[in-house]
Amino acid sequence: MSIKFKQVSYIYAPDSPLEKKGLDNVNFELQNGTFTAIIGHTGSGKSTLMQHFNALLKPSSGQIEIAGTTITPETSNKNLKQLRRHVSLVFQFPEAQLFESTVLDDIAYGPKNFGYSEKEAKQVAQVWLKKVGLPDDIADKSPFDLSGGQMRRVAIAGVLAYEPEILCLDEPAAGLDPQARKQMMNLFVDYQKAGHTVILVTHNMDDVANYADDVLVMEHGQMIKHDKPQVIFDDRSWLKQHYLDEPQASLFASKLAGFKFAKQPLTAKDLVRGIKENIKG
Amino acid sequence: MSKILIGRYVPGNSLVYKMDPRGKLLATIFFILIIFLANNPLTYAIVTIFSFIAVAATRLRPKVFWDGVKPLVWLIFFTSLLQLFFTVGGKVYWQWTIFAVTSYGIENAIYIFIRFTVIILISTVMTVTTMPLEIADAMEWLLTPLKLIKVPVDKIALVMSIALRFVPTLFDETVKIMNAQRSRGADFNNGGLITRAKAITPLLIPLFINSLETAVDLSTAMESRGYRDDNGRTRYRILRWSKFDLLDLGYFAILIALLLIFRTH
Repeated sequence: MSIKFKQVSYIYAPDSPLEKKGLDNVNFELQNGTFTAIIGHTGSGKSTLMQHFNALLKPSSGQIEIAGTTITPETSNKNLKQLRRHVSLVFQFPEAQLFESTVLDDIAYGPKNFGYSEKEAKQVAQVWLKKVGLPDDIADKSPFDLSGGQMRRVAIAGVLAYEPEILCLDEPAAGLDPQARKQMMNLFVDYQKAGHTVILVTHNMDDVANYADDVLVMEHGQMIKHDKPQVIFDDRSWLKQHYLDEPQASLFASKLAGFKFAKQPLTAKDLVRGIKENIKG
Repeated sequence: MSKILIGRYVPGNSLVYKMDPRGKLLATIFFILIIFLANNPLTYAIVTIFSFIAVAATRLRPKVFWDGVKPLVWLIFFTSLLQLFFTVGGKVYWQWTIFAVTSYGIENAIYIFIRFTVIILISTVMTVTTMPLEIADAMEWLLTPLKLIKVPVDKIALVMSIALRFVPTLFDETVKIMNAQRSRGADFNNGGLITRAKAITPLLIPLFINSLETAVDLSTAMESRGYRDDNGRTRYRILRWSKFDLLDLGYFAILIALLLIFRTH
């Protein structure tokens, strides 16, 4: 099974003076079990695209195949629960979605909606509380007493707790310190390695270079490129032409005069290896 | 995505858009009052023609106005029917128990129908051509005399403007939280009344918390930029009378004159 977008277009506020194209004839296929990054500028259609993954938005035309469900413009708003059980979205600043009186109840909210019993839900909540790196003793605290970073983890645990096959994240690490950012990204990599598909919407090219094995580039509602990170970041003039940043390692390498790299280093590790080879050789 | 419209403002640039909101607000209020001066077929015809000219002057599609009238269609018909069956006097055409169709009844029904429709049309002309913030400014201006009796008009106006400003923000936030909870399996559309009421808690609590946080942030931001709520503040949007307002108010002055001349005394 894979995720297939076929000629998907989306129009905001059709037939009104504010009509605007959100997505314009988007076609791609993502393999299950991959870590895909979606990059592009603000307003390029990344978030619109993301909301199509679990039918929060339905295409104005075209068709989406995802997790055994086919979404078309005619898909009814009812009975989408099964789809959302398998495909889940984590929006930017997910801490805004917390509402329960205790941390544990908040994490258990999703599982309960998807048919877990009260007891099972609490159990998985406890497990995921630990997995996202929070101490056990905050389980009975109010989520509103936690720090921003902890709230973020609680919110993410609340989505991971029912283990969606496909997890879509919109800038999950925005506003976190580098340490917390790394932990957060590692959490998603582990989640992917456990056999799930992860889709990450991001502006951070280092995250793309470090974690993604597939990249979609959006611009003005169109998908302008779909390739491996290495291929995308190798084409430096193309990146420049589309005002996209390069990973730090890649930038650093380009500033080293007289160094030759077999392939463009994308991560710190690649860069170190490349420099070593240059010095020895 | 903060492109939603609050109120019913429709962007445009015809004559009516260039008029001062204060003039439009005054004219609308006066119109609603003077419509009661009409009391014979000629004056009602004058009122109708004047309203349609005002509608045409906006140069907007008729659908915009139909959308304004549509929600009230049943109220208009119901009121007109009441007039039709319960007005006594004049020639009786048809009678059954307490219901009667009389010549006065028919006349009154038509008058009520016209009165309702033109009031809605004229207020729609104002609301679709004036931004909510402009209307708030105009209301502040109208309330200015109340300062004499120590009503804090400035503060009321500030509250109104802030409230209007944050309607789209709140709306965006609502959509965002709804989407987040839907992703976690919340269902806002199915189930009975109690299920739905329960389903709304995960939406309301984050919204409340968010609004309170926004309010605190806003007040901090205002204070740190030196906001004080005493008198003598300058304003960003300055309202200026122009020749278009002479046209606006003149137009309604002519209407009043015509009504006074041609009404049955």
